[in-house]
Amino acid sequence: MSSRSQQNIDALLKRRYEAGFVTEVEEETVPPGLNEDIIRLISAKKEEPEFLLEWRLKAYRHWLTMREPRWAHVRYEPIDYQAIRYYAAPKQKERPKSLEEVDPKLLETYEKLGIPLREQERLAGVAVDAVFDSVSVATTFKEKLAEHGVIFCSFSEAVREHPDLVEKYLGSVVPYTDNFFAALNSAVFSDGSFVYVPPGVRCPMELSTYFRINAANTGQFERTLIVADEGSYVSYLEGCTAPMRDENQLHAAVVELVALKGAEIKYSTVQNWYPGDEEGRGGIYNFVTKRGLCAEDAKISWTQVETGSAITWKYPSVILEGDNSVGEFYSVALTNNRQQADTGTKMVHIGKNTRSTIISKGISAGRGQNAYRGLVRVAKSAEGARNYTQCDSLLIGDRCGAHTFPYIEVRNRTAQVEHEATTSKISEDQLFYLMQRGLSAEDAVSMIVNGFCKEVFKELPMEFAVEAQKLLGVSLEGAVG
Amino acid sequence: MLLEIRNLHVSVEGKPILRGIDLAVDAGEVHAIMGPNGSGKSTLANVLAGREGYEVTEGEVLYKGRNLLEMAPEERAREGVFLAFQYPVEIPGVSNVYLLKAAVNAVRKHRGLPELDAMDFLKLVKEKIRLVRMDEQFLYRSVNEGFSGGEKKRNEVLQMTVLEPTLAILDETDSGLDIDALRIVSEGVNSLRSPERAFLVVTHYQRLLDYIVPDKVHVLAGGRIVRSGDRTLALELEKRGYGWVLEEAGLGAGAGPAA
Amino acid sequence: MSAQPQPRPDPAERLAAAFRERRARLPGAGLAWLEALREQALERFRAAGLPARGDEDWKYTDVRALARRLAPPAAGPGPVAEDAVRALAFEGLEAHRIVLVDGFLVPGLSALGALPEGVTVMGLAEALAREPQALAPWLRLPEGADGFTALNLAFMTDGVWLRVADGVALERPLQIVHLRSAAPEAGAHLRHVLTLGAGARATVIETHAATAEADVLDNLGCTVALAAGAALDHYVVRESGAGLCHVGRIDVRQEAGSRYVSHNVTLGGRLTRSAIQVELAGEGAETHLYGAYVVGGRQQVDNHTRIEHRTAGAVSRELYKGVLDGRARGAFTGRVVVHPGAQRTDAEQANHNLLLSEDAEADSRPQLEIYADDVKCSHGSTVGELDETSLFYLRSRGIDAELARSLLVYAFASDVLERMALEPVRVQLERRLTAVLLAGREAEGVI
Repeated sequence: MSSRSQQNIDALLKRRYEAGFVTEVEEETVPPGLNEDIIRLISAKKEEPEFLLEWRLKAYRHWLTMREPRWAHVRYEPIDYQAIRYYAAPKQKERPKSLEEVDPKLLETYEKLGIPLREQERLAGVAVDAVFDSVSVATTFKEKLAEHGVIFCSFSEAVREHPDLVEKYLGSVVPYTDNFFAALNSAVFSDGSFVYVPPGVRCPMELSTYFRINAANTGQFERTLIVADEGSYVSYLEGCTAPMRDENQLHAAVVELVALKGAEIKYSTVQNWYPGDEEGRGGIYNFVTKRGLCAEDAKISWTQVETGSAITWKYPSVILEGDNSVGEFYSVALTNNRQQADTGTKMVHIGKNTRSTIISKGISAGRGQNAYRGLVRVAKSAEGARNYTQCDSLLIGDRCGAHTFPYIEVRNRTAQVEHEATTSKISEDQLFYLMQRGLSAEDAVSMIVNGFCKEVFKELPMEFAVEAQKLLGVSLEGAVG
Repeated sequence: MLLEIRNLHVSVEGKPILRGIDLAVDAGEVHAIMGPNGSGKSTLANVLAGREGYEVTEGEVLYKGRNLLEMAPEERAREGVFLAFQYPVEIPGVSNVYLLKAAVNAVRKHRGLPELDAMDFLKLVKEKIRLVRMDEQFLYRSVNEGFSGGEKKRNEVLQMTVLEPTLAILDETDSGLDIDALRIVSEGVNSLRSPERAFLVVTHYQRLLDYIVPDKVHVLAGGRIVRSGDRTLALELEKRGYGWVLEEAGLGAGAGPAA
Repeated sequence: MSAQPQPRPDPAERLAAAFRERRARLPGAGLAWLEALREQALERFRAAGLPARGDEDWKYTDVRALARRLAPPAAGPGPVAEDAVRALAFEGLEAHRIVLVDGFLVPGLSALGALPEGVTVMGLAEALAREPQALAPWLRLPEGADGFTALNLAFMTDGVWLRVADGVALERPLQIVHLRSAAPEAGAHLRHVLTLGAGARATVIETHAATAEADVLDNLGCTVALAAGAALDHYVVRESGAGLCHVGRIDVRQEAGSRYVSHNVTLGGRLTRSAIQVELAGEGAETHLYGAYVVGGRQQVDNHTRIEHRTAGAVSRELYKGVLDGRARGAFTGRVVVHPGAQRTDAEQANHNLLLSEDAEADSRPQLEIYADDVKCSHGSTVGELDETSLFYLRSRGIDAELARSLLVYAFASDVLERMALEPVRVQLERRLTAVLLAGREAEGVI
């Protein structure tokens, strides 16, 4: 890299994390630490039915028997689970019945983040559930969705209004025994989004949840459950940000998707949690369990753009249980500075003629460590299963790392499983060529990186694709050198 | 009659491609099957050779008076049906000479002839390879691996001359050939013409028919034979294109399902 | 095996006890550094135990079967018929031959012949008696060694030491034949040391053919050191009977411009665990790892490779192919690590598997770990069936479906064998493969 282009890129790099502000709002919290009393307290605050409290306690007791996983290619200081506050919510008189009753400071926060919630400014065609620390503060377009029979609300509301659906599907895809972080989430989860799409309904708009961590020393443990009934379709997006703080904060979410016969769920994530500073101070530990279950002829498609978080540990997966079901995973993961990511997917083929596609693009810059970890398992029953996996890594600079750890397990001879991976860098020739055509160094880098990610971006809904490209530009600033 | 196709209907993945083909080919004849892209020409060739993925929904095919459709691909080959592939398959690790020897002896055994020993076999192959003007080295390379388009087609003709089929089906053997290769391939085919042997030449262009002169020409469109004639039909198609035939058949230019 | 129902002590403790009882009679006894190494290794074994299945490196190998076969080494070699050795010669290959039975070099069965000046070939036990200091640098407990490697170093009874001086070429290959007598359940713990000086060249063929159907463990360690510009072709061919469990680990260190070519073929044995670790420590070093595993029945094969690019401008090529029939299970784990500063690394890695039966299983983990940006690294892995189009093509030429299938399987596997420079070895293995896959049909024409 020539020193001139390096300088250009260095200058660009210094831009700040724009979502890093703190909202001054009075919050109601619980004391730090985790025990059965805290769990009872959270459950009581949320006025939960007995079955849910019991489920939380079972999860907690199971969690106590588990050890934190150590196999991921990430390094961090041990987490003190007793130092974390497991609940924080902006103080409000009553549960707000309409947007007018929501604290204006909260609405401002979302506006600043580009997510206007007020009626006249709402994003057209996108219904938003805004989650602030442990609670959902507002959900837009609920009435319009209700006309189609679509339920879109906060998880807490779903527990109150649709307990039968929650009881039926909660933990049906990710049981509380699944892993250390999922067990923890099951014990203490505070809010999240709930979606139910009735049979045969094509959800009329994009649904989205915007997660915001604000309070300090607090963990965020949200839980999302999406049920697409037979023959229905829904596209769901989530975005996440957090203030800049010197301490690490834990985010351990669980997402469960249920696609019944012939249903399709498209789940997109643009994850921009605070990544920490250049020296690796602060940032979110993003330890997330996401999994979908496909019945016959169903399809689940995960698309993720992971640019934030100090550490990302997540493997959005699909259990292809029904015959002819389809799973997809499209991922862009970027690590800059001292960020670490160990992310990928699991495609578990059980039904006949099940198909899965995995496209993973890892970009490493600075001292970032970026690992793809993915499992493709073909069970004996999965006659005619097909998988295609493509993992590409792009390295920017010689102090970062790019790693690929696929696991391929095949027990059916009629299966075809194919995995390919490549590693490349942005060559001086490419940069020179583009700069010779008049592009600045950063535009050239941005163009090359966006080209590298194109296969994934095209899977995102339009507004998000633009957002993702911008985000990638910002996250990469100064990365070349 | 060597080959009789009666009201043949074929679907691919549930989509009808051939919609009632009738065709009779006698020993000693050369029939050309012409037609626009997507008319079902290659489907016809593949169905006759027994490729999987083609579902016969109606009709029958008699070959030497027997039901051809009931026979396994290798049985058809041993009974003398030879398909020169439009896209010859590359098989890394299996040498050309081995494939030829295994094939020749499979056919000979089927016909109650003694298998050729290595010496006689090599003598035979070396004689034939001169016909298609291929270097002997090709024999020891993996089947079609790394061959140019023209080399692959010549290799198909080499296999044909060695196996001496009764019914040879040439599926667009002229596609991708330059004029010299076309001449070589045609000479190979012509050297095999005999009163016992028939050819079904599938082609888009009439150019090949300058070299391999057909007795009959059929135009396939929309999954049916819409017109048959003698050699002059091919010449007329060259001059006037396919449009007029299709219009007369009530199909309109460019009609017909994609293959 | 004893049929008495009395409980047996924990295998680890049994081995530790056997070690204490045996150590004064193990080769090199009295050498302080070696005794310390053996003690250290035993401690490692007791601490680490046998790898558990939760261990990522042993995810696909059932070690419980191995645990039952853990036993101290035999006191000496049992009887083996000379015919058995003769049958293992490669037709048309003149080789220096060393035969090891039950973990001990048997001079009477070996035929070393005349060695060129500058080449030393001797048994490890003999070498420890005659030139212990020359061996000392190569006998070390590798960092992170697992229980098997630790056990190997604690108990090693014998092995082969090959030393080729600078600039010397060993023209005829050295064939190391591993046999088992109809001996009891004793384990064999062997260690080979192959050191090539600057610019030296050699070919080593290891043949594993346990003649007995005994239920035994062969635990083999091998250290390879290639000085600048040295070249070693290393063949490992496993054709043992259905009772043999083979655990092997080869540690290779390569200096600048050296070249290591490994051909790792597994056709026999109940369970094979093969690990090859290569350190590319000098610029321009080149390593080629080729492997074929063609197994059926209840056989298990677990191939591990790890290539460490520690220096700039080194090249690695890796191709492993598996054909799995019956209830066989084949696993491949290959990691390529490109260390910081190892720019201009050129690494390719591929693993391809064919499943021939309903009950076979293939597991594949090709892995890249990269800490440098100016690199060319790629890997690929497939598991699947035979190509339908190729099958149809062959059938349309009159070849019956069964033979066509066998042919394609043969072609799939022989792709690896074709890379062997030693024709007699290649031809013989191809024949072996045809016998297995084509049941002898048309054998001649294929090759």
